[in-house]
Amino acid sequence: MSIKTTCPYCGVGCGVIAQPDAARGTVNISGDTTHPSNFGSLCSKGSALGQTLGSDGRLLYPEINGQRVSMDAALTHVAAGFNRIIAEHGPDSVALYVSGQLLTEDYYVANKLMKGFVGTANIDTNSRLCMSSAVAGHKRAFGEDIVPACYEDLELADLIVLVGSNTAWCHPVLFQRIAQAKQQRPEMKIVVVDPRRTMTCDIADLHVPVLSGSDVWLFNGLLAYLHEHGHVANDFIANHTEGVDEALRVARESAGDMKQVAAACGLETERLLEFYRMFADHERVITAFSMGVNQSSAGTDKVNSIINCHLLTGRIGQQGAGPFSITGQPNAMGGREVGGLANMLAAHMDLENTSHRDLVQDFWRSPRMAERGGLKAVELFDAIHDGKVKAVWIMATNPVVSLPDADKVKEALRRCELVVVSDCFAGTDTNALAHVLLPAAGWGEKDGTVTNSERRISRQRAFQQLSGDARPDWWLICEVARRMGFDRSFNYDNAHEIFVEHAALSAWNNDGERAFDIGGLAKISSTEYDDLAPIQWPVPERNHPGTPRLLESGRFYRNNRRARFVPTATRAPAHKVDSEFPWVLNTGRIRDQWHTMTRTGRAPQLGAHLPEPYIDMHAQDALLSAVSDGQLARVETQWGALVARVKTSGEMPRGTIFVPIHWNSAVASDARVGALVNPVVDPVSGEPEFKHTPARVTPFPVNWHGFVLTRTPIEKLDATWWTAIRGAQFMRYEIAGRGRSPGSAWAREAFQANHPDADWVEFSDPACGIFRGALLVEERLEGCVFISPRTDLPSRTWLSNLFAKKRIGNADRASLLNGGPTSAAEDPGPLVCSCFGVGRNTLCKAIAQDGLKTPQEVGRRLKAGTNCGSCLPEIKSLIAGLAK
Amino acid sequence: MKHTHAWSSACSFDDLLPESGVAALIDGRQIAIFRVGDAIYALDNYDPHSEANVLSRGLVGDLNGEPVVASPVYKHHFNLATGRCVEDADYSVRAWPTRVSDGKIWIKTQPLRKTSRRKLVVVGNGMAGMKVVEELLGIAGQPYDITVFGAEPVPNYNRILLSPMLAGEKRFDDIVLNPIEWYRDNGVTLHLGDPAVAIDRIRRRVRSQNGIEADYDRLLLATGSNPIVLPVPGKDLAGVVTFRDLQDVNTMLEAARTHKKAVVIGGGLLGLEAANALLKQGMQVTVVHLLETLMERQLDPVAAQLLKQSLEKRGLQFHMPAKTTAILGTDRVRGVQFADETIIEADLVVMAAGIRPNTDLARAAGLRCDRGVLVNDTMQTFDPCVYAVGECVQHRNNTYGLVAPLYEQASVCATHLSEHGVGRYRGSMLSTHLKVTGIDLFSAGDFMGGPASEALVLRDAKRGIYKRIVIEDNKVRGAVLYGDTRDGAWYCELMSEGRDVGPLRDKLIFGEAVARRQ
Repeated sequence: MSIKTTCPYCGVGCGVIAQPDAARGTVNISGDTTHPSNFGSLCSKGSALGQTLGSDGRLLYPEINGQRVSMDAALTHVAAGFNRIIAEHGPDSVALYVSGQLLTEDYYVANKLMKGFVGTANIDTNSRLCMSSAVAGHKRAFGEDIVPACYEDLELADLIVLVGSNTAWCHPVLFQRIAQAKQQRPEMKIVVVDPRRTMTCDIADLHVPVLSGSDVWLFNGLLAYLHEHGHVANDFIANHTEGVDEALRVARESAGDMKQVAAACGLETERLLEFYRMFADHERVITAFSMGVNQSSAGTDKVNSIINCHLLTGRIGQQGAGPFSITGQPNAMGGREVGGLANMLAAHMDLENTSHRDLVQDFWRSPRMAERGGLKAVELFDAIHDGKVKAVWIMATNPVVSLPDADKVKEALRRCELVVVSDCFAGTDTNALAHVLLPAAGWGEKDGTVTNSERRISRQRAFQQLSGDARPDWWLICEVARRMGFDRSFNYDNAHEIFVEHAALSAWNNDGERAFDIGGLAKISSTEYDDLAPIQWPVPERNHPGTPRLLESGRFYRNNRRARFVPTATRAPAHKVDSEFPWVLNTGRIRDQWHTMTRTGRAPQLGAHLPEPYIDMHAQDALLSAVSDGQLARVETQWGALVARVKTSGEMPRGTIFVPIHWNSAVASDARVGALVNPVVDPVSGEPEFKHTPARVTPFPVNWHGFVLTRTPIEKLDATWWTAIRGAQFMRYEIAGRGRSPGSAWAREAFQANHPDADWVEFSDPACGIFRGALLVEERLEGCVFISPRTDLPSRTWLSNLFAKKRIGNADRASLLNGGPTSAAEDPGPLVCSCFGVGRNTLCKAIAQDGLKTPQEVGRRLKAGTNCGSCLPEIKSLIAGLAK
Repeated sequence: MKHTHAWSSACSFDDLLPESGVAALIDGRQIAIFRVGDAIYALDNYDPHSEANVLSRGLVGDLNGEPVVASPVYKHHFNLATGRCVEDADYSVRAWPTRVSDGKIWIKTQPLRKTSRRKLVVVGNGMAGMKVVEELLGIAGQPYDITVFGAEPVPNYNRILLSPMLAGEKRFDDIVLNPIEWYRDNGVTLHLGDPAVAIDRIRRRVRSQNGIEADYDRLLLATGSNPIVLPVPGKDLAGVVTFRDLQDVNTMLEAARTHKKAVVIGGGLLGLEAANALLKQGMQVTVVHLLETLMERQLDPVAAQLLKQSLEKRGLQFHMPAKTTAILGTDRVRGVQFADETIIEADLVVMAAGIRPNTDLARAAGLRCDRGVLVNDTMQTFDPCVYAVGECVQHRNNTYGLVAPLYEQASVCATHLSEHGVGRYRGSMLSTHLKVTGIDLFSAGDFMGGPASEALVLRDAKRGIYKRIVIEDNKVRGAVLYGDTRDGAWYCELMSEGRDVGPLRDKLIFGEAVARRQ
C-alpha cells in the first residue's frame, strides 16, 4: 500500500509517498515524483518523517487535571466550561489559539465556531508569528491576501532576491529547485539580503548583509533608485495602481541619498548600488521573502516596500517576476483562506466589512457574528494574563515555547481559568499547563487539505489508524461545538463535507470579487476529494485546471481594482541596543529541526546535525562578551534568559547574535528563546519582532562538561545545564555543571548500576576532574558517560555507533572509554548528511584521499547530499576548506 | 712491558671529526673508529643484522648515558665501549681497545700474550655474576683469565624460571643459561659446588671451601642473597623449606609427590609463585601473609584484591593478616601456628618471606657493608680491586631483587673491568611481572604515589582489568597493571625517560597504540 500525502513541515508543501510496512511496523517515506511542488525531492526533515511516527510520546487519552477520562467526559467538560464562561463574561472572554499545522478543514470549523457561533473573533493562530505581515502587506497593496507568483517563477526568473530567508535550511526543496535552475542557467543571478551569511549565500552572486531591521531603508532606497534611473513601468502604474507619488516622496525622503541608505543598512555603498543595479537590470525579478521580513515591528511596511518596487517596475503577475512570500508552515495559507486569523473572516473576506459579514452569516446561518477583529496572538495571551480572557483552547501549537516573552505566556496560562490543549504529543511545555488535554490525530492519521506557499491545495491523506483515543482536530472542534448547543451546524461526518462547504463559501456571491474562489471544488464527490490532485487556486469552475499566477491582467482586488503603493516611512526596531544590552538577538530555524521539536526531536537522524541549543555570534563579539566557541553562555534580555553553547560559525555579522527557536523545556534545561524575545508587534499585522531584541551575552561558568548516552532515558539528571537528544538506540544528554564534577558514584546512580556484579567499566583522573564510565549488559552497551572540565570531549558519533551493535567486541570494549576507535578511520565525525548518515570525517577523508572536487563527485562516492541536498552547501565548504 | 706490537696506528686524531666514525683496514680487518668528544672507540665495522660493513657510517649518540652507534641499516644500537647490542645482546660486535698518543690513534687488534693476562675471580655462579662474564667475553681483547666459584653444583641457570619449573611447566634443562661446555669453550675456570669462603685482600687471593686458592687482579662478588628464615620454633623441621635454589625446588617437588598440605609463608611475588606452583602440583595450599594485602611492595590495594580473588578462584587459600609464631611438629612439620592461636595443618612449609643480601664473605674481608655490599656507580666496592653486582649489593641505598637491575649493573661492571670504563649505573626503576600463568600483573615505580601525585585509574571488573598510573609533575611515576599488561614496557620507558606526558594524559591509560596516534 502506498499513500500520497503531503509533508507536515514547512510551507513548500512537498508531496510525500508513505508506504506502511505492516510487518516491521515502520513507514517508508519517499518524495512524490508527481507532486508539482517538489517532483520527488524531500529535505532531511521530510525524509525522516518515518522516524516520528511511533506511538511513544504520543498523547493518547483525554485528561482532566492530570486524570485520564473518557473522550465524552472531556469534550463535555470543555463545552460546559466554555459555555459557562461565555454566559458569565461574554463571548470575548473565550479564545482559540490554533496553528498552521492544522488542516484547512480543522481551521474552517474552528473559525466557524468562534466567529459565527460563539460570536467572537478571538481565534488567532501561530501563523501570526510567521507571515501575518505578508498577509497585511498583500491586503494593503492588492486588496486581498494574494501571493501572485508560483514556484516555477523561481526557475524562470533572471534574478532572485531572497530577503530574510535562509532558504537553504528553512525551505530546502525550494532552495534545491533554485540551485538547479541556476546550474542550468548560470546567467541567472541570486542576491541574498540577510544580516547573517547563511548557507543560502552558498549560491548567491551577492550577499547584502543589511543591519537587522533596516529592510525598509533598503527597499525605499531601491524604489528611489529605480525611479531616478528610469526603471518605471509608466503604463502599468497609470492603469493599475495608485499612490505612486506619495510612496516615492516618502521613499526619497527617508532613502533618497545612497550613502545615507548604505549607512542606515550598514552596507558599503558599492555593494548597495551593485544590488540596485542588478535589480534594475533584470526584468524577471522574484523577491522572495520570509520571516526575516515578516517578524518585525515594521514587518508590514517591509512587505509593502518590496511590493512597491515590483509595482513601480510592473514586475508582478508575470512569468518569473513578482514579490513572493514563502511561508513557514504547511498550512499557513490554508488558515488564511478560511480566516484563521483574528482579523479575518472566512474565504478571504473581511470581518469588519458588513456585507462580507452578512454574506457569511447568511451562508453559515449563524446566530451571532463577531463584528470586530479579535485578539492577535500576543494581545491574546496578554488578555489571558490580565484575566480578560478566561478560557482558551490551544490546538497543535506550543506557545509557552514559541511566543515572545514566553515566560509571561506561561504565567498567563497559570492564571487562566480553563486551559484546553489538544495536541498529538504528550509532555510539551504547554501541555504541562493544561486543565484539559485532548489527544489529537497525528500526521499520518489526519485527512484533509493544506495549501502551500504557491496557493497549491494538496491532500493530506491518512495512512495509519488513529492511535488510542486520538481524533482529528475538526472532529474534536465539532464535538465540542455540538455540546455547546450548535449541533446542526457542526454535524459533519468527514473532512470532505467540511471542504465542500468551505469551497462553496468561497464562491458564495463572489462573481470575481474575491480572488479566493475554489467554487469549482464545491461539488466534488467524496471520491473526487480523496483523489484530488494538487491544484492552485483560484479554481472558479468545475474541471478548472487551477491558476499558476495571479494578477496577470493587472486587475487587483481593492474596490477600485487598482494596486496601492503604500508609503513606507522608515522606522527602527522598537528596542534599540544600548550598553547594557549591546547585541541584537535574532532567532530562527535550523536545518534539521522543526518548531519546538515535539516531532523532529523524535527522529534520531535529525538530532545529530546540530544537537544542542547554541548562540551563534561574531568571534569578536564573543571576545567582547568574554565567551568563546564551545563554551556555555547566558543570553539575557529584558524579558528573559537562556543558556546555550557559543558558536562562532563565521555566519554572523558584528553586533548580531543568533539563537535557534526550537529548544524547549522537555529537551533542554534552559533554552527557550521565546522567553527572551521582546513582545513588540507590528502595528498593522500584530506579528512579533522575533528578529530584533537587545540582548547581552555573559559567560555561564561551569566546572565540568559531559555527556551521557543511554538506552534507558534518565528521568532526572543532576546537572546544572542539560540538553536531551534522541539517538537511534539511545538518548543522548549533553550536560554541564557546577561544583564537584560527577564521578563513579554519580554515574552508577544515574545508570542504576550499583549492583556489584554490574558489568561496569570506568576510567578516572580525579586530579583533572575526568571521569568516564560505561555499563554493559550481556556484552551490549547500555550506556556511557564522559565528564571533563573541558569541552573537548570525545566524539559522540563513534560511541553512538556502538549502540547499534548487539555485542561489543573486545577491541571496542578496550577503546570504549577512550571514546575513540582503535583506528581513526572508524569515526565518521559529526553528522553532515542526515539522509545517508555521512559524517564530516568520512567526507573529509574521501575528499582528501580520492581528490573529490565537486559535491557531485562526493555524492557519487558516498551518496552524501544526493537525497535532499540540504547539506550540499556544507559539503561544498568542506571541499573548499580542504583545497586550501 | 712490551706490547707495542699489538697496537696499530690507524690515523691521526685530527683526521676524525667529533661525533662521527670512519672505517679503517687494520690487519686485514675492517674496524669502525669513532670519536665522541675527545674519546676514541673502535668496533667491528661489520653490522651482524644487515651483514654489511656499515657501522662506521652510523649515527653516534647517547643512550641512557652510554655512548652508542646506531647501525645505519636496521638502527640497532651498539655500545661503543663494549660492542654490546642494546636491543639484542646475541648480536654484539667486538670492541677494540684504543688509545691516543702523539696525536695518533692506536688500535689494539690482537690479544695480549697469555702470560701477561690478568686474573679475574668471580664469586658466585648466578645470573648477575655470569652476566658480567658474558659481557666481558663479548669485548674483544678483554684482559682477564676468569675463574668462577659457584656454591651450587650446577651450571648457571635462570633463577626466575624456578617458579615455572616448580609448577611443572619447565624442566631444568630449559632454564640453564650457560652449560658446562660454555665455560670450557670460553676458557673460564669453573668450580662448582665449592663456595668461596675467604678473601685475602692483601694477597689478592680467594679460598674456597674445598681449599682451592685463586689469585686475582680483580675480584667480582656476586654472592646473591639468602632467603629470610623466620626465627620461630620449628623452623628447622623437615618439610620446612625456603624458595631460593634448585635444591629447594627439588625438595618441594618431592614433598608434593608424597604430601598433601602446604603452607606458604609470604604473600609477595616469590611466595605467590611458589604457592601457585604447588597448587599445580596438586597440593592444597594456604598462603599466609603478615599484611592485609598481597604484594604490598608492588601492588596497590585494589590490584592486590583482584589478584587475591583470581588466585582464590584457582583454589589457593589465604590466611591474612597473620603472624606466624611457631611451626609445629616433631620429626616433620605438621602445622603452622599463628599469633591468634589458630593453627593450620601443613606437611610442607615454604618460607618466602623475603631475601637478605648475602654479605658474609664481604664483611669478613673487611669490605664496607650495610644491608648489602656498598658499591659506587661503577659497581666498585670499598676496595678498588673488588667489584660487586647483583642482589648482594647496596647501591645508592637500594638493594635489588629483580633481574633487570642486575643486568644493568652487570653491563656497567663489565665496561669497567675491561677498562673501557664509561658506563655509570644510576639505579634502576623497578618493574615487576608476576610469573603466574594466566594472571597478567605488572607494576613499576612509585605506584602508590604521594601527596603531590595524581592517579589515572581504569577499571573493568568483568574482564579483570585494573590499571593505575601515578603521575607527578606531568611525569609518570609508577604504574600498576592488572589483566592487561601490554603497555607495561611503554610506561617504564616513559617513566625512565621522564617524559612530559601532559599532552598524552587523556590517552595514556589506553596504551601506547592509542596515545601515539594522537
